[in-house]
Amino acid sequence: MRALVFVVALLLSAVAFAAPQFPALTGRVVDGAHILAPITIQSLDQILADYERGTANQVVVVTVPSLQGNSIEDYGYQLGRTWQIGQKGKNNGALLIVAPKERKVRIEVGYGLEPVLTDAASSEIVNGVILPAFRSGHMEQGIVDGTRAMIDVLGGKSISTAHTIRQVEQLSDAQLALILLFIFGFIWFAIRHPMLAMLMLSNSSMRFGSSGSGDSGGGFSGGGGSFGGGGASGSW
Amino acid sequence: MNRTVWIIITLAAIGLFIFSGVNTIPRLDEQVNASWAEVQSQYQRRMDLIPNLVETVKGYANFEQKTLTDVIAARASATKVTLNTDQLSNPDAVKKFEAAQGNVSSALSRLMVVVEKYPDLKANQNFLALQSQLEGTENRITVARRDYIGTVQQYNTTVRTFPGMIWAGIYGAKPKATFVATEGADKPPTVKF
Repeated sequence: MRALVFVVALLLSAVAFAAPQFPALTGRVVDGAHILAPITIQSLDQILADYERGTANQVVVVTVPSLQGNSIEDYGYQLGRTWQIGQKGKNNGALLIVAPKERKVRIEVGYGLEPVLTDAASSEIVNGVILPAFRSGHMEQGIVDGTRAMIDVLGGKSISTAHTIRQVEQLSDAQLALILLFIFGFIWFAIRHPMLAMLMLSNSSMRFGSSGSGDSGGGFSGGGGSFGGGGASGSW
Repeated sequence: MNRTVWIIITLAAIGLFIFSGVNTIPRLDEQVNASWAEVQSQYQRRMDLIPNLVETVKGYANFEQKTLTDVIAARASATKVTLNTDQLSNPDAVKKFEAAQGNVSSALSRLMVVVEKYPDLKANQNFLALQSQLEGTENRITVARRDYIGTVQQYNTTVRTFPGMIWAGIYGAKPKATFVATEGADKPPTVKF
């Protein structure tokens, strides 16, 4: 009888702890919810790869199509453990998780980074950087700025909140003007000196080509890090 | 001849099967202890946050004193209830520890509900930081508890089933008490602003 009760209890608890289905770790940016443009994924990947090269800390950005009925806190630490983000023993990994369907976002911090990327700092990034952008419909902006802020905090810098978004918007106007000026300038230059312009173009395209091939390849995988529920969440 | 060979092979297989478990119970026991240490340190972390939280909230004029004194009292009585790893196979001791921490949880969640009425407090940077730390700590407690339940489950299954029960008899290993994993009961109080 006791054995039967025990078996039933075991089965029940197995149901209670049924882990969600996790997406495959395909890179440093896993866009399961398809909300990021390829160019954003590429630039984020570059930022994160550079960061890992310099510090050995692994930061991964993930958007999920669904939390499958779990709270983002339950989902987050299990995802981190499944992917084993961060190095074994150091547990120096962190995740930025976005669930557009549930309108939830979470910064999940591995054991080893908890003293630096504290709950308070994570909450500040979520509420001060990511959510304002999300609320005004700028998903990509929020994700990129949030990732940058995480890296800033991990590097010991303070977070520049809210105004980052406005700054970027103001800058993009100025940038547009600069780019137009440059293009017209180049056209004018090309008309005056066609040979020189051709040479410049071929040179720059060669440079772009080589840098592209150098970065492609090189699979990304977790290093065996673990998570214990540190971080902060928010919803919009 | 052929039969004797088979008997020897079978006996050897059984022997190997049993002896391969020689380290299992000590190893699982260590895992349980480690996950318990994590549970305890996360509860301690929450205890350490409380004085700061109380201090911040207290500064606000005519804050409901009752909720504050409840939190302070629950913390004070919970600090007296400690549990070392030898007591983990004692269900009453574990229950007592859990009850004490449960009182702290409910006193804190009541405090957080009352805070709703104080817009100034909710805008206080210091309070916001403490609040996020408290939320994070509650979440860590949930995770640590779940890990503990998991390791105890593994340990108890081994101790109660063959061949682990043979080793349990030799070691004198008893099943360990676990938390009741009622869905939602161990969830951190959702504090939203």
